[in-house]
Amino acid sequence: MIRPLIVIRRVPQIDFMRWHLFGFAFSILLGAVSIGLFAAIGLNYGIDFKGGTLLEAKTQGPADLAAMRAKLDDLHIGDASLQGFGAPDEVLIRLPEQPGGDAGQMKAVELAKQALGPGIDYRRTEVVGPSVGAELIRAGVLATVLALAAILVYVWFRFEWPFGVGATIATLHDTITTIGLFAIFRLEFNLTTLAAILTIAGYSINDTVVIYDRVREAMRKYRTMPFRELINLALNETLSRTILTVSTVALMVLSLLVFGGEVLKGFSIAMLWGIVIGTYSSLFIAAPIIYYIQPNRRAIAREPTTAEGEGGRSTSRQERRPRSAKS
Amino acid sequence: MLYFANWKILLICAVCALGLLFSLPNLFTPAQLAWLPSQIPHKQVNLGLDLRGGSYLLLEVDVAAAQTEQLNSVIENVRNALLDAKIGYTGLNVQNNAIVFTIRDQDRIDDAKNALAKIDPALTVDIGSDGAGKMQFSSVATEQRRQQAVDQSIEIIRRRLDETGTKEPTIQRQGADRILVELPGVGDPEHVKQLLGKTAKLTFQLVDQSMSPDEAKRGRMPLGDEVLPAQTDRPGQPTQYLVKRRVMVGGDTLVDAQATFQNNEPVVSFRFDTAGARRFGDATRDNVGKPFAIVLDNKVISAPVIKEAILGGSGIISGSFTVQSASDLALLLRAGALPAPITILEERSVGPDLGADSIHDGAVSCIVGVILVVVFMFLFYGLFGLFADVALFFNLCLMLGTLSLLGATLTLPGIAGIALTLGMAVDANVLIYERIREEMRSGRTMLSSLEAGFTRAFGTILDSHVTTLVAGILLYWLGSGPVKGFAVTLSIGVLTSLFSAILVTRLQIVSWLRRWKPREIPL
Repeated sequence: MIRPLIVIRRVPQIDFMRWHLFGFAFSILLGAVSIGLFAAIGLNYGIDFKGGTLLEAKTQGPADLAAMRAKLDDLHIGDASLQGFGAPDEVLIRLPEQPGGDAGQMKAVELAKQALGPGIDYRRTEVVGPSVGAELIRAGVLATVLALAAILVYVWFRFEWPFGVGATIATLHDTITTIGLFAIFRLEFNLTTLAAILTIAGYSINDTVVIYDRVREAMRKYRTMPFRELINLALNETLSRTILTVSTVALMVLSLLVFGGEVLKGFSIAMLWGIVIGTYSSLFIAAPIIYYIQPNRRAIAREPTTAEGEGGRSTSRQERRPRSAKS
Repeated sequence: MLYFANWKILLICAVCALGLLFSLPNLFTPAQLAWLPSQIPHKQVNLGLDLRGGSYLLLEVDVAAAQTEQLNSVIENVRNALLDAKIGYTGLNVQNNAIVFTIRDQDRIDDAKNALAKIDPALTVDIGSDGAGKMQFSSVATEQRRQQAVDQSIEIIRRRLDETGTKEPTIQRQGADRILVELPGVGDPEHVKQLLGKTAKLTFQLVDQSMSPDEAKRGRMPLGDEVLPAQTDRPGQPTQYLVKRRVMVGGDTLVDAQATFQNNEPVVSFRFDTAGARRFGDATRDNVGKPFAIVLDNKVISAPVIKEAILGGSGIISGSFTVQSASDLALLLRAGALPAPITILEERSVGPDLGADSIHDGAVSCIVGVILVVVFMFLFYGLFGLFADVALFFNLCLMLGTLSLLGATLTLPGIAGIALTLGMAVDANVLIYERIREEMRSGRTMLSSLEAGFTRAFGTILDSHVTTLVAGILLYWLGSGPVKGFAVTLSIGVLTSLFSAILVTRLQIVSWLRRWKPREIPL
C-alpha cells in the first residue's frame, strides 16, 4: 500500500487569537498605505485603460535604445518610453496617448514605425484609442464591483450576517492591498491584472468559507465553549487543508511566473500576492472578526438540519484533544 | 456513497473517455490529423490571435459624418427648391446634423414648407414663425441610415480584404456602429489599416478657371464652388484647386479598375458602366479644352485637360503613383467606396513568432506546474494522492475536450486560467482527504470515515466553486478579447473539476475498496 511520505499527524494547537490584534493593526496599516498610495500616486495604468500605444520590437542585433529614443523624440509625439524586455534585442516601446482622438493614435504608430526604419520586427502592437480606454475602465470597475457584490450575496445567503460582514471585510482587504502592491511597485495595471484581481476575490473567499463552515459546525457541537477557543479550534482543524491548498495553487502560479513569459508576469504576480494575502486575511482577519460580531449561537445551534451540522452529535469530544493517529 | 450503481460507473467512464477522445486531436499537427480516420473527432482548440499571430482591429463607422455629407448633398436641392419658388432666404448651411436657414419673408413660410417637403420624405421640415428653418433626418430614417451605413461598410471591408488576399478574415458588427475585424496571420497590419482607413470616394469634377484658389479663398467664393487641396505636392503643380461642387461622374459608376503602366509610369486604368460612360462622354464633349479634377476623398489626384470627348467609357488616372499606391487605388476603386469614414479605435496585433513563443511558454508553465502538483499530492497523500492525480489528468482532458467541442477560443490568459483551475481542482481532493483524516482521528471506522469525508466536504467544495464561477461569468460578460479567454477556461475548469475531483476520485476509491478489500486507509 502506498502511504503518504509526509503526514501532518496532529492537529496543531496554535493560539491564533493571541495574534489577532497584531493582524488587525498590520492590515489597517497595509490598507491605509494602499489607499493612500492609490490616492497620492495612483496606478501605473497600461494602455488598456490609459489609451496609447505599445510596440514590442525585435531588432537585428542588440538594440540601441538611445538611438531609437532619439529617433522617436524627433517626431514630437510625446514622451516615448523604451525599455529592454527579456532578450537584448527586444525592446518595449510605449507611446503616450496622442491628441486628435482615435485617429491620432494610429497616425503616431505609423510615424514611429517609419522613423525607426526597416529591419525591425514588430512582434506585438497594441493601440488603444481614448474612447475604448474609457469604456474598458467602466467595464472593469463594473465587473469588480459586481463580482464582489455577487460573491458576498452568496456568502450572506449561505451564512448568518456576521459571517457575511467578515467575508466582505476580508475580501475588500485582499482587493485593496493587491491594488496597493501594484501602486507601490509601479507594476503595470492592465486588463489581465484586473482579471487576476477578480480571480483573487473569488479565490480568497474560499479559505474564508472553509473556516466559517468550521466555526459554525463547532458552534453546534460545543455549545458552551468560549468563542475565542472555538475560533482557534476551527482555524487549527482547517490549517493543514489551508496550507496544502494554498501550496498547490501557489505551485501553479509560481510556474506561470517563471515559465509563462513576460505577458503573464503582471497576472502571476497579482495572483501570487492574492493567494498569500488571501490566506493571511482568512486566518487573521476574517476569523477574529467573528469574535467581535458574534453570530447568535442559539439560532445556529437550533438548525442542525444542514449537511454540515449532521455529524455534530455523533462525533465525540476527542476531536478537540486529538491523539496521534495509529500508523 | 460507497456504492455506485453500474450505470453511474458507466456514465463516469463514458464522460472520461469522451473527454480523452475530444482532447486528443490537440496533440497532432493539422497534417497528421488529415491522416486520421474520419470517425475520430478532428476539432482542435481554436487558438486566439495572441497565440497564432494576427491582428484585431476595432473600427467605428462615423455615421454622423456620413449624415453631414448627405445633408451637404441635399443642400443644393434646398437652394434650388427655394429659388424655384422665389422664396428669399439667408444663412443656408449644415449645422449639428441639420440644414439650417432663415426665410426672409415670414408670409411665405408655408410656401417654403411645401416646397421643401418634396425634396426627401426622410427629412423633416420645421420652420418657426420667425422664419428660422431646420431640416433633419427623422429618428427612424437616421437609424435606418446607420444600419445601412454599417452593413454597407462591412460589405466593402470584406471586399477590400478579399482583394488583398487576407486568409479567413472575421468581420463582425459590434454594437450600434462598430465593426470588429480579425485577421489571423497578419502580424503587421499597417497596409491593411491604410486600405481600411480610406473612404475611397472618387469623383470627377470640373475645375473652375475663373479665378485662382487663393482669390476664391480670400474674396467671394463663386457659387457652387469649393477649394480642394492636391493629394501630393509635386513641383510645378498647384497645391490646391478651385473646382465645381457638381460631380460630373462618381466612382460608383466604375465597373473595373486596374493598375498598369503608361510611359513607364504606374497609372490606374478604369472603366465606367453604360450610364457612367454616357455621362462622362457628355461632360467631356461639352468641356473640351478645360481641365477636370480627379478627386479622391476630397483631394485632387490630378487635373488633366480634356483634349477631346472621351466616349469609350474608359480612362486612365495618372498622378505621382508608386507601383504600390497605384495597385492600392485600383483595389479600392474595385471594392467601392465606404458610405462613411472609418476610424480605427483599437488595434492589437501579434506576430506569428511571438504567438508561437507564447504557446510554448504557456505549455511549459502548465506542464511544470502539473508535475509539481502531481508530485506534491503524491508526497502528502500517497495512494490517494495518485487517485487525485488521475482525476487531475481527466480534468485536463475534459477541459481541452470541452474547449475543442465548443469551438471556444484559447488565449494566453486562457492558458493561465487552465493552469489556475488545475491548481484549484486538487483543492476539492485536499478538502475531502483532510476530512477523512479527521474522521479517522475521531475514531470512526474506515468506511464511515470515507463516507463522512465525502459528504461533509461537499458543501464546502460547492461554496468555493460557486464563488469562483461567479467571478468567471462576470469576467466573460464584461471582459474583452484575451480576458474573455481567461473567463472561458476558468469557468469550464471549475465545472469539470467539480466532476473529476469528486466523482472520478470517488469511483477510484470505491473500485480500490472492492478490488483489494483493504483494512485501513493509507492516509
